[in-house]
Amino acid sequence: MSTSTSDKIEAYAHPERLVTTAWLAEHLDDEDVVVLESDEDVLLYDTGHVPGARKLDWHTDLNDPLTRDYVDGERFAQVMSERGIARDTTVVIYGDKSNWWAAYALWVMTLFGHEDVRLLDGGRAKWVEEGRELTTDVPEVTPADYPVVDRDDSAVRAFKADVLDHLGSPLVDVRSPGEYSGELLHMPDYPQEGAMRGGHIPGAASVPWARAANEDGTFRSREELEALYLEEQGLSASDDVVAYCRIGERSSHTWFVLTHLLGFEKVRNYDGSWTEWGNSVGVPVER
Amino acid sequence: MPEETERTDLPEAMAELAEDFHAVSQPERLQLLLELSRELPALPERYDGSLDTMERVDECQSPLFLAVEVEDDPEHTVRLFFDAPPEAPTTRGFAGILHESLDGLSARQVLEVPDDAPYRFGLAEAVSPLRMRGMVGMLGRIKRQVRLRDDARTAEAGQESA
Repeated sequence: MSTSTSDKIEAYAHPERLVTTAWLAEHLDDEDVVVLESDEDVLLYDTGHVPGARKLDWHTDLNDPLTRDYVDGERFAQVMSERGIARDTTVVIYGDKSNWWAAYALWVMTLFGHEDVRLLDGGRAKWVEEGRELTTDVPEVTPADYPVVDRDDSAVRAFKADVLDHLGSPLVDVRSPGEYSGELLHMPDYPQEGAMRGGHIPGAASVPWARAANEDGTFRSREELEALYLEEQGLSASDDVVAYCRIGERSSHTWFVLTHLLGFEKVRNYDGSWTEWGNSVGVPVER
Repeated sequence: MPEETERTDLPEAMAELAEDFHAVSQPERLQLLLELSRELPALPERYDGSLDTMERVDECQSPLFLAVEVEDDPEHTVRLFFDAPPEAPTTRGFAGILHESLDGLSARQVLEVPDDAPYRFGLAEAVSPLRMRGMVGMLGRIKRQVRLRDDARTAEAGQESA
């Protein structure tokens, strides 16, 4: 399938990971493409969505209801199957809030090794702003066969123990400056989520996720991203990098940028993030 | 803590709404919440451009502004006003539940609403428990404002009769 969508996208390390709204509009009836909407707000899809898109909720579909962890292979296969996704389906994900939850869903699908999964550049807001079609019709989906695949946490996910071993190597804190400095225990404008300590993981660089995005929620160009992460932050594509935020959603956005747009070879998302680190007994904290 | 289906300690309109939610399946509960988000009344003109005079509810994931008025009648009738953007339908839906349940009650009735009332609508499973905090925060702030304003009204009345 053609992945050529725009000069901007062609310049990225893995241009096949990102599509434009124009590309999506042309491929809505494509049988090999399934579109997923993944939002912070659980009702937003129901107010109107891209025609044919299916809803994927980060909390009720991708998280285990008991353990703080993602679903297992069996449940994941069920979630995919119910949305008409087979192992070789091209999946395009978009969402609210500059694609945070879309990037998070893409990252979780990566844990299960789904090969062809892409983001819509600019997410839901750009589609809406361009006046493109929205519908409240929920598509009738024929379930697909999706194999039960074991989740592989080794390549792109970091646990607390991995981060402790990683201290001294590149860490990127993508939260707001106030959270990084320890003044705030939660995101500005968001509820207090109960961290006992404020600050950041020792040695972490503060690079708020939003610096990788334009005002309209699209990603910045490869040139601008290189200026930020390579020149300003001194990272290189061969570095072993761990990114974190509060619960792992904003750092999924940065993980996507480093991995797919800049071609970093080893980036892991620490999804326990500050709600784990800031509550853990005995771990080092820097202010 | 009372059972999720316990409704005898809720005001009548709230108990009826809770019953409506429990009468339908989980996906239909989301649709009901969506309807309530659409029915949330717009702010009256006197609040136009004056969000800074309203209280911001930080427990909601998306910004929500709340204003509480307590009328000068013998019941100290409570009036509730909310403002949340259309991109935040869940937050609007929670506000819709509280508006439908509490607007027009007396200050005393609002203050008697149990703090765990948001959990009586069978929504925790449908929207995830994490998201329920928004409605708990709204109710807490409504009650706090009613208490403040009601105390002020009572003090005024005391002065007049003195």
